[in-house]
Amino acid sequence: MTQVERQQWDVVIVGAGGAGLRAAIEAREQGLRTAVICKSLFGKAHTVMAEGGIAASMGNANAGDNWEVHFRDTMRGGKFLNHWRMAELHAKEAPERVWELETWGALFDRTADGRISQRNFGGHEYPRLAHVGDRTGLELIRTLQQKTVALQQEDYKNFGDYEARLKIFQECTVTRIMKTPVEGGAPGEERVSGVFCYERESGRFFVMEAPAVVLATGGIGKSFKVTSNSWEYTGDGHALALLAGASLINMEFIQFHPTGMVWPPSVKGILVTESVRGDGGVLRNSEGKRFMFDYIPDVFKEKYAESEDEADGWYEDPERNRRPPELLPRDEVARAINSEVKAGRGSPHGGVFLDVSTRMPADVIRRRLPSMHHQFKELADVDITAEAMEVGPTCHYVMGGVDVDPDTAAAVGVTGLYAAGEVAGGMHGSNRLGGNSLSDLLVFGRRAGLHAAKYAAGLKGEERPAVNEQQIESAAAEALRPFSAEEVADGAPAENPYTLHQHLQQSMNDLVGIIRRDEEMAQALERLAELRVRATYAGVEGHRQFNPGWHLAIDLRNMLLVSECVARAALTRTESRGGHTRDDFPEMDREWRRSNLVCTLADEPVSVDASVQPGEAAERADRGRIDLHRRDMPPIRPDLLELFEKEELIKYLTDEELTTE
Amino acid sequence: MSAETHAGEGAGTHTRPDAEQAEGTGTPGAVSGGAPDASGTSYIAQFRVWRGDIDGGGLEDFKVEVFEGEVVLDIVHRLQATQAPDLAVRWNCKAGKCGSCSAEINGRPRLLCMTRMSIFDRSEIITITPLRAFPVVRDLVTNVNYNYAKAREIPAFVPPQGLGPGEYRMQQEDVGRSQEFRKCIECFLCQDTCHVVRDHEENKQAFAGPRFLMRVAELDMHPLDAAEESGLDRKTTAQDEHGLGYCNITKCCTDVCPEGIKITDNALIPLKERVADRKYDPIVWLGNKIRRRT
Repeated sequence: MTQVERQQWDVVIVGAGGAGLRAAIEAREQGLRTAVICKSLFGKAHTVMAEGGIAASMGNANAGDNWEVHFRDTMRGGKFLNHWRMAELHAKEAPERVWELETWGALFDRTADGRISQRNFGGHEYPRLAHVGDRTGLELIRTLQQKTVALQQEDYKNFGDYEARLKIFQECTVTRIMKTPVEGGAPGEERVSGVFCYERESGRFFVMEAPAVVLATGGIGKSFKVTSNSWEYTGDGHALALLAGASLINMEFIQFHPTGMVWPPSVKGILVTESVRGDGGVLRNSEGKRFMFDYIPDVFKEKYAESEDEADGWYEDPERNRRPPELLPRDEVARAINSEVKAGRGSPHGGVFLDVSTRMPADVIRRRLPSMHHQFKELADVDITAEAMEVGPTCHYVMGGVDVDPDTAAAVGVTGLYAAGEVAGGMHGSNRLGGNSLSDLLVFGRRAGLHAAKYAAGLKGEERPAVNEQQIESAAAEALRPFSAEEVADGAPAENPYTLHQHLQQSMNDLVGIIRRDEEMAQALERLAELRVRATYAGVEGHRQFNPGWHLAIDLRNMLLVSECVARAALTRTESRGGHTRDDFPEMDREWRRSNLVCTLADEPVSVDASVQPGEAAERADRGRIDLHRRDMPPIRPDLLELFEKEELIKYLTDEELTTE
Repeated sequence: MSAETHAGEGAGTHTRPDAEQAEGTGTPGAVSGGAPDASGTSYIAQFRVWRGDIDGGGLEDFKVEVFEGEVVLDIVHRLQATQAPDLAVRWNCKAGKCGSCSAEINGRPRLLCMTRMSIFDRSEIITITPLRAFPVVRDLVTNVNYNYAKAREIPAFVPPQGLGPGEYRMQQEDVGRSQEFRKCIECFLCQDTCHVVRDHEENKQAFAGPRFLMRVAELDMHPLDAAEESGLDRKTTAQDEHGLGYCNITKCCTDVCPEGIKITDNALIPLKERVADRKYDPIVWLGNKIRRRT
């Protein structure tokens, strides 16, 4: 094996979206040498696609707003499965994180008195989303990118090197987290010592030695066929964490955003922002009916309007009218659309109608929803100021992720590993509210960067774990395997990674999609087992220089692991809640609210590396890779429970939980 | 994989992905090979894609199926999935929001994901080449480091002294101007098309390019940027350090901007005017004289 370059850093951050960059800025400001590794070019992360806004209870639009109201909304949106401590920290710290962006140069839309404007969104009691038209994610990523550059300029002034203390390794991918036994520790005690990476441009391998690694890799949407997610969303961080010995929780909860484009087919799944509804857009079926009034669930009955008049009155006078049901949390709206289409009341291309053209003057639409106007005009020949859009559910977000300590973002069970943003689990419970993602990235990105820095700073020189050579060799062999894929046993050629990916996406879409059934999920697990076997034969053509076929073959490992987590957890949770809807168990079950399903990597006798023949690897892949167990949630702190009316808590909590209060 | 030319054999090697795959999984209904499950009509288009690396390369011919409503990036993906698995291309969002999939289509700088196939004649040969102003890495991927280097040379936003987080007050009409420039998705098409650097590598040292001159304008128009109070005059540096003078407002940048930002009219020309005001302002002139003397 050739010598692999090693670099030493204090903190390594995997991912350069909102969470990763916020973590990097924090770690660097703590004075630590920080490296960021990202799959794409700097500034292209999936965060740019966020449209609507950042939820933070600044109270600029309605002075009644505060962290307690935001906390309540978040818990309701997640059907009380959220880790209450994360929801609390998030609600409390979000305003500071938004204001801080302004001091770094962000330019949000303004209120008449010059403060940050806030807009309405599903599930939020007050207008709460700081925004820039419908391109808030771009503003966020650009601001963090420019703050990163500002810090680099500072370092240039002081050290003559822009990258002395903060460096971005763009278009590089991490394939393994390295761990090293703790000297003098308990038998088997290990901690993080670095990451193994390849550079896309050259295909060259390198190792970043660092005692602290922050995962900020985003989500898993590329395992589904219809998705709003970009190519990067292959569940890398989720899989890296599993492979490093961490646990994933809540993986059964996938958010299908109610409004993705449905036509033309090539754009199916592309996001249509919730701001369309927040600003007054309505959903109609083929009969012209605003069907959402028929889908208000019992737990939300008191809070939503019963008539169109009341709903329309709310925009002007929210004190005397209740909210339009189009602004129910995303899971409710997505299910409703699904039902309407199934009942034969869909639009020509299998969605429903989302209309702003009859609700706002054309110039207002162009000003408030410029990206949507542009997107429909360019990609679908639809002028949204003149006609309705056709929309339907699209895989958008995974609530599940790495099991972390709420305060420090440290991955449970792996010393030196941290996770923040979409790759972390717990914050959003069973369903995330719109706008709570960007604030999550900032709040927990900062916390992860801070605590990773503190941990790294606390290790003295000689305590720094070194990466051992053997781990590097097996990681390199694993990454190179697609180049030496043997022929499949019966003489057929090596598997095409693109084909495998398409089959995976179709299977997850059809069998573990928005509405789930026992037999289908069992079938999905069989398919996944079959795909795991076939993936061991995935082969690539060409060489290592910028070879997308190779990259995909490597990403497949991650997508298959994560998909198995989703399918297994979904099969096990016999209730419906948030982003997990069972046809065979349509009700929410209070007993299940107390439980998380925890996924870990199943034991494997020997690691699969180059010394293992594909046939043998296939045999091993034939059985599941994921173990699952049920774990109780920590009881909600009494003072937080007191923020809710008893009548509301009865709907979610068991009698036992209510009496032990 | 060799850079051999597939002229004429594209149609022959093409397989209908849905037929091939449905069999593999036993999936009821069509499984698409990057092809949409549309019942709409399809046709075979002719593509010519540049393949190669820093050492050289050439145009390779492909014949590939096109379905209704598709964009050029869909076709590139279909080529990867069915004919050229190692064809290198950058892309992320496929929704015109990230600015990754920049290339030149029939010689014009464009985003692959926002170029609909319906704008081309069905018999037309569509040629895709990498951005010309930047060194090629492989196939359609170029080395865009020039842009990141220039980004670092623009001094960052200077926060106003005495205003804490949450205390910023700005009017919408005052932030609106800079907001237009912050719509930029950094696709670098303007950097690619700008004639100052397109065929003049030697100008890259002194010239930041439209995207980053626009960044200077954005900061200069930011209602609360305190650069001047900190002794930084963005107008002077635009001219002296970032090469604003090279721009002779031919508006090529504005023409290719996928976000429709009026780069020339709203950013570069006003910045030039401010530079001129500054240079010929007698009070500033006097001030400079005095400061130089002390």
